[in-house]
Amino acid sequence: MFRSHVLICGGTGCTSSGCDAIISALQQEIDKNDLTREVQVVKTGCFGLCALGPIMIVYPEGSFYSMVKPDDVSEIVSEHLLKGRIVTRLLYDETVTDTGLKSLNETGFYKKQMRIALRNCGVINPECIEEYIGTDGYEALGKVLTEMKPEEVIDIILDSQLRGRGGGGFPTGLKWKLARTIVPDADQKYVCCNADEGDPGAFMDRSILEGDPHVLIEAMAIAGYAVGASEGYVYIRAEYPIAIKRLEVAINQAREFGLLGNNIFDTDFNFDLFIRLGAGAFVCGEETALMTSIEGNRGEPNPRPPFPAEKGLFGKPTVLNNVETYANIPRIILNGADWFKSIGTEKSKGTKVFALGGKINNTGLVEVPMGTTLREVVEEIGGGVPNGKKFKAAQTGGPSGGCIPMEKIDIAIDYDNLLQIGSMMGSGGLIVMDEDNCMVDIAKFFLEFTVEESCGKCVPCRVGTKRLYEILEKITAGTATLKDLEKMEELCHYIKANSLCGLGQTAPNPVLSTLNFFKDEYLAHVNDKTCPSGICKDLLSYEILADKCIGCTLCVKACPAGAISGTVKNPHTIDKAKCVKCDACVQKCKFKAIVRK
Amino acid sequence: MKSLEELKALREKMKSQVEIREDDANALRVVVGMATCGIAAGARPVLTAFSNGVQERGLRGVSVVQTGCIGLCQYEPIVEIHAAGGEKTTYVQVTADMVDEIIAQHIVNGKPVNKYTIEAQRIG
Repeated sequence: MFRSHVLICGGTGCTSSGCDAIISALQQEIDKNDLTREVQVVKTGCFGLCALGPIMIVYPEGSFYSMVKPDDVSEIVSEHLLKGRIVTRLLYDETVTDTGLKSLNETGFYKKQMRIALRNCGVINPECIEEYIGTDGYEALGKVLTEMKPEEVIDIILDSQLRGRGGGGFPTGLKWKLARTIVPDADQKYVCCNADEGDPGAFMDRSILEGDPHVLIEAMAIAGYAVGASEGYVYIRAEYPIAIKRLEVAINQAREFGLLGNNIFDTDFNFDLFIRLGAGAFVCGEETALMTSIEGNRGEPNPRPPFPAEKGLFGKPTVLNNVETYANIPRIILNGADWFKSIGTEKSKGTKVFALGGKINNTGLVEVPMGTTLREVVEEIGGGVPNGKKFKAAQTGGPSGGCIPMEKIDIAIDYDNLLQIGSMMGSGGLIVMDEDNCMVDIAKFFLEFTVEESCGKCVPCRVGTKRLYEILEKITAGTATLKDLEKMEELCHYIKANSLCGLGQTAPNPVLSTLNFFKDEYLAHVNDKTCPSGICKDLLSYEILADKCIGCTLCVKACPAGAISGTVKNPHTIDKAKCVKCDACVQKCKFKAIVRK
Repeated sequence: MKSLEELKALREKMKSQVEIREDDANALRVVVGMATCGIAAGARPVLTAFSNGVQERGLRGVSVVQTGCIGLCQYEPIVEIHAAGGEKTTYVQVTADMVDEIIAQHIVNGKPVNKYTIEAQRIG
């Protein structure tokens, strides 16, 4: 029994900002103060507020320390843990009020959140199965195996209206039902988990695996029982070493406890789980490519039908869901479909996890009920755009998604609303852009990604995305014509209509949605040969205003290319042939005499 | 683990241990003075006795926390119990032996143990 628990985030974000050094310093100080039997140090998964890492929460007080350094540790131990005096200077400033401390749940970042998939992340030690059990872990599996028929399990999931959280939003219950019924006499079926999270900027699946790996094991076993499968595979990218290690530990513990293996809970249900590592190809997040890769072949998609429910992994009926989808399952079983349906919007039930990134103050992981507006996510939870800049757009759905401009910021986020405005839920990456981002450049960035990640199997995607990228290059270089814009749009529709798999079918989305909402920026590049945000270098030119320049020579010293000349106290000039457009002179000039066009 | 009963037993045992990590604004608070004076007078075993006692009984909505010097150093170890409604009971010169009784009488049954309170010591 411990009187105090010190929770330290051990997610990837806080690990890279040095939480391991803090943990070892903490252990040392605790030993030194003879508190080993009174204070428990728990390395947890992600708390979500990655921007403030390394993060430490001390219970029972619930003190939230942010950006902790190893040097702070001895003060935390001798003051807080020993004498109960909270170290106010290290507290997350949002929790400090004039009248005392505010609960973390009352802060802007957490107040509007609702944690279902992330409920154990940052609360339990992911490498301790007992702690998972202490938060009702494996109770849903026990209930399903001892009290319910497989059909009843499927009915609850169907009734809950849970939809796939990996991007497409297909009803999970229907997927399970098809896998159970479509081939009635199959000798073997499989349950797979897509943990290949490939969208740049999305990291919710990784965080769930790092913070609560047992929830995935429990949910996959439930799925196995529901569809009649005795084997499961988790396909996870090798770039997630912490997640892989914790999942391995969790699988071994579950086997030791008899929660994986034969005759689980003394029933005749057998289920075991295996990990397969992916090499990080974006296309392997596509279900047919993923299963091809598990089979040991080159990760390339196959035409559907047949759908995996009929002919999936090793040619057998297979159910494939993503990590976040699975993380909802045990809660739905325990709390019921009606509870789940009471959260969210008419056609999108429950919550969604978003990874906030880009030009936003609270970079991190948030979980909100479906139907929360983009404004609430960006301004309240995300803390707004830094440096007083103006919000321009948010990008959802990664390379397959689109942009949501300022005029649509009050959109209630759910599957259908996002599709309607040409974006998509995707896996939940949410990248915020401000006035300094050029939308053509953003489209080019995502296209560059898809060109690189196209597997090459079908022509529309392999050649089409490359040609699309070249047109975007022309636009940003200022050599495109209006005819190119027309061609580009036509090519987008052609690629969408003719590509083999989701990668190609959605690759033009970033172009189409920026073209739809920010056509004036495209036109500025094409007609006026300017980049309004000042990003596309080929279109920039720098000039010194002779009437403002006092000849202080600061810019001459700042210029790395030696492009500025002039004598002291006389207006200077820029040699445009030499200028590399680095912006250094503009930042140095105190008289606003240098203009960027 | 072969049965639901085993799972349930483990869950109950672990639950009281992880419950400390809940943020409960309405919790009954047991505040133990842990300044230098308190520690010197023996507050640490009192603190652990309260913390263990609450967890062993699996009491919900009870939070055992520390505080600094209350100002009555000669009466340390001092333990204040703040009920959810705001009433405060102050126990003085508490020893680990008294803790069980205070938990059972006061925290569980809601009747302060008058003989250990500050009023019984005729001060203040």
